[in-house]
Amino acid sequence: MISALSVNPVPDAHAQRVEPLLKVQGLTRLYGPEKGCQDVSFELYPGEVLGIVGESGSGKSTLLSLLSGRCPPDRGRIDYRGKDGEWFDLYSASEARRRTLLRTEWGFVEQNPRDGLRMGVSAGANIGERLMAQGVRNYQQLRGAALDWLSQVEIDPLRVDDLPRSFSGGMQQRLQIARNLVSGPRLVFMDEPTGGLDVSVQARLLDLLRGLVRELDLAVVIVTHDLAVARLLADRLMVMRRSHVVEAGLTDQILDDPQHPYSQLLVSSVLQP
Amino acid sequence: MNAPEQPLARDTAYNFAYLDEQTKRMIRRGLLKAVAIPGYQVPFGGREMPLPYGWGTGGMQLTAAILGADDVLKVIDQGADDTTNAVSIRRFFARTAGIATTERTPDATVIQTRHRIPETPLHADQILVYQVPIPEPLRFIEPSETETRTMHALDDYGVMHVKLYEDIATFGHIATSYAYPVMVDERYVMDPSPIPKFDNPKLHMSPALMLFGAGREKRLYAVPPFTRVVSLDFEDHPFEVQRWEHCCAICGSHDSYLDELILDDLGTQRFVCSDTDYCAQRVNQQENGQ
Repeated sequence: MISALSVNPVPDAHAQRVEPLLKVQGLTRLYGPEKGCQDVSFELYPGEVLGIVGESGSGKSTLLSLLSGRCPPDRGRIDYRGKDGEWFDLYSASEARRRTLLRTEWGFVEQNPRDGLRMGVSAGANIGERLMAQGVRNYQQLRGAALDWLSQVEIDPLRVDDLPRSFSGGMQQRLQIARNLVSGPRLVFMDEPTGGLDVSVQARLLDLLRGLVRELDLAVVIVTHDLAVARLLADRLMVMRRSHVVEAGLTDQILDDPQHPYSQLLVSSVLQP
Repeated sequence: MNAPEQPLARDTAYNFAYLDEQTKRMIRRGLLKAVAIPGYQVPFGGREMPLPYGWGTGGMQLTAAILGADDVLKVIDQGADDTTNAVSIRRFFARTAGIATTERTPDATVIQTRHRIPETPLHADQILVYQVPIPEPLRFIEPSETETRTMHALDDYGVMHVKLYEDIATFGHIATSYAYPVMVDERYVMDPSPIPKFDNPKLHMSPALMLFGAGREKRLYAVPPFTRVVSLDFEDHPFEVQRWEHCCAICGSHDSYLDELILDDLGTQRFVCSDTDYCAQRVNQQENGQ
């Protein structure tokens, strides 16, 4: 018994962090010449925030839907390391496994909260849905989780029984974030989470997101065309243009010293107030 | 009410039980599949019936497919044998199939029903045919048919509890009182048609075969005899059936499903059994006992 323990030590937190969570190799999905995304490779580590920036039509959202298991790629593979430490290929795994993953260890925050929320049921039910899908059958427990998460995303817990359509845009977006984080995911995909919100609400949401990401040690892939959002949240950046990744590196490096002409254009085109 | 009504002469202008033989074979093939996979919704080529959708066309097609010349048919609507829908469907089959009909539950071999399971316990050689308006239990939460089929295939039923959660959050208890979702044989979530949840426990381990037909949606499904059927619930809000403080004003039953009748403009109410045959049987027994 003792020898067995020493031979197979429990992987400690440090070892967990030095191994990547997601490995992406040669990912390609094209809808036409240079439409879509092609030949994308990267590794994502636990607790890391990866930003994907680029102009409209550069393939950011295509890449995100490939990564999150929503649309199979033409070429390339995605390997994910599960909670048990086992690697598996996302698209050769069964659909059941992919779905389980999407509602347990992963989260997806849509640009428009109406796509990510169930608008016909209360805020509490929206938050509890993932837990119910995981088999929680205790109403008090679900209720407790809903109230807890509402206060974590700075929504008044008294509004737990209100429909999301009675919430403001910023509150809906925060509710969507709570709904995704309630299952304790390790990896969250975000598609322009601050798009469509006014600037002061954006700032509050970003502040909240940054806090939660650090606190929960989330790995995040965030798509944005707003470089300010990228600078605030992302550790690393990938710049996309016409379906290719033209530059990748640390956020500060890319924003302060862009190498590729397109990155230079992108950085210089930001309006300075 | 006592002996099965004598068969009328069959109207030979129609094929036996109205549908043509090929259609009946097609429906029987669907039924075999449905019985083999309890709770699974099998699509079938629904036919036009000579009455509108929503009046029981699905149930009638199944009944037509399984009827034999020596079957005895009972039709109930809201538990009653004498309502328009029940009378019309019973007469339809008496005319097109020339079979015997009855109002007595124990005498019937095929019972077509809408809204109720008879109070009299069913026995092994009976078939209960349900008329189903909306066969898809996930429809409330997921409008896409492609998506609901995937959810059934992958056993992805978390959202079913969202509706129950909403009930408790809004009303303090599970207020869904009919079409209460059930888990069949620990695999498929099924809508037991608009029967009151009072009747859900009767589905569990029933000795009779249960067939469900939805005419507009062209789906059929089945619960074979002695199948586990469990109503969904929460640990701290377990499944409960309706209870009444009153008893039936006609037969005095305490444990049947009661309908409320308003008698005058002052709101005077009486409660009577919704199952008319059960009520009449009890009255008969009481009279014979005296």
